[in-house]
Amino acid sequence: MNYNWDWGVFFKSTGIGDEIYLDWFLAGLGWTIALALSAWIIALLLGSLLGVLRTVPNRWASGIATTYVEIFRNVPLLVQLFLWYFLVPDLLPEPLELWFKQDLNPATSAYLSVVVCLGLFTAARVCEQVRTGIQALPKGQAAAARAMGFTLPQIYRYVLLPQAFRIIIPPLTSEFLNIFKNSAVASLIGLMELLAQTKQTAEFSANLFEAFTLATLIYFVLNMSLMLFMRGVEKKVAVPGLMSVGGK
Amino acid sequence: MRLASCLLGTTVAIALLSGPAFAAEELTGTLKKIKESGTVTLGHRDASIPFSYLATDPRQPIGYSHDLQLKVVEALKQKLGMPDLKVRYNLVTSQTRIPLVQNGTVDLECGSTTNNLERQKQVAFSVGIFEVGTRLLTKKTSGVKDFADLAGKNVVTTAGTTSERLLKAMNADKQMGMNIISAKDHGESFLMLESGRAVAFMMDDVLLYGEMVKARKPDDWTVVGTPQSFEIYGCMLRKDDPAFKQVVDEAITATYKSGEINAIYDKWFLQPVPPKGLNLNFPMSEQIKKLIAEPTDKSAEEM
Repeated sequence: MNYNWDWGVFFKSTGIGDEIYLDWFLAGLGWTIALALSAWIIALLLGSLLGVLRTVPNRWASGIATTYVEIFRNVPLLVQLFLWYFLVPDLLPEPLELWFKQDLNPATSAYLSVVVCLGLFTAARVCEQVRTGIQALPKGQAAAARAMGFTLPQIYRYVLLPQAFRIIIPPLTSEFLNIFKNSAVASLIGLMELLAQTKQTAEFSANLFEAFTLATLIYFVLNMSLMLFMRGVEKKVAVPGLMSVGGK
Repeated sequence: MRLASCLLGTTVAIALLSGPAFAAEELTGTLKKIKESGTVTLGHRDASIPFSYLATDPRQPIGYSHDLQLKVVEALKQKLGMPDLKVRYNLVTSQTRIPLVQNGTVDLECGSTTNNLERQKQVAFSVGIFEVGTRLLTKKTSGVKDFADLAGKNVVTTAGTTSERLLKAMNADKQMGMNIISAKDHGESFLMLESGRAVAFMMDDVLLYGEMVKARKPDDWTVVGTPQSFEIYGCMLRKDDPAFKQVVDEAITATYKSGEINAIYDKWFLQPVPPKGLNLNFPMSEQIKKLIAEPTDKSAEEM
């Protein structure tokens, strides 16, 4: 192929101030991490709450949680993002709408939209895993706890959730990694995260393959480190002899 | 007897092998590929109105750049003696257009691609087909008259364009404190402007006119500001393929010389265009007239 390779492109000036292209990638990585971590906090808290609701013996509570999951899991992420970014601000009361659109820095308003969108989307997936974790436990455990006089919140707090969370660490890890990868949708509403900076570098320098290769490497290293970290967490919290955890 | 037939065979073989070389110059590169495959692949855009876009038929691009592209196809048919040369269309985006030309998927891309020095390292450009200035689209009531009025305001531009680069550089050099939004395409940039997230949209003037006529109330908007740069659009082809480039350049230049370009220009910039029958009303600028009078494959920055 008739391509002009130039791996030195990352150290070249972008022509804007005294930035080099590598600075763009680092700035983009910063946004990606900030987006993913903030959204993950929402996803984990809300997802756990919903996961519990789906399993409680109350039709209304589990119905609400089920509806939530079906809506957020079945609408494409990109569509959800456009709704949060373009439609929802227009539904706000006017002073709030103007504040969001005009007074806030555009990067901040885009950031807020993406965090809410990714957080709520991933919460639906976390919810399903928490539910599975709880349902994977033998029914006798909840029954025994009830027989010993535990209230429903106590059963969840002391018996079900500590075990369920240990079981679902591997699938939660993959959701955690997904949120980093999904954060790339932010590039479509103009937030300059890693993918947006990559595309910008590709357009400005016309060195498309170098730019996307570096981005691939960054995503890969980032996700590998997160995976190793989560594996460490899994080992650390493992209770010897408990169910499948640790398997020993 | 055996020797004679052997000699005869060799002679025939030599004659056959060297025959085409005497008959015509040896075809190389893209011309050879087109001759052998019987097909030329044209790269087109889906929404670069009115340069290259899809309107009614999803398989048939139309537009100003596409008309010039078809002039090249006509020239190819003549040059290669292939009246039934087949045309294959390949949709490209601003991200895919350069690699698809380089890797041989697309032979000729005509859309709204700016000829610049960075891109010249990767691909070759035909003679210029259009020239734009980068300006601002804003609400008539916004009070924005020129770039200096943008200090401290939210300004939108489309990601990956020269306008984005110029705007960011201007912001850094003059410390204007603008918040620059990079939207993913022109339609979304205009949405940012229309929904009040930005006071102005910086882009190639002709594209701003295009967005303006698509607006719900075209009369609310105006294009202002001193052009910050001029950019020449060209067709992209593979580098180091002088024979093919010559055919492309000659076809476009001939269209300029014969005056046919005026009818093509009129059709796309001064008449209603599909799909909505909107009229861009974008008369030929001095820069475009000059480009047609003196065709060049240089980028605006080299002039």
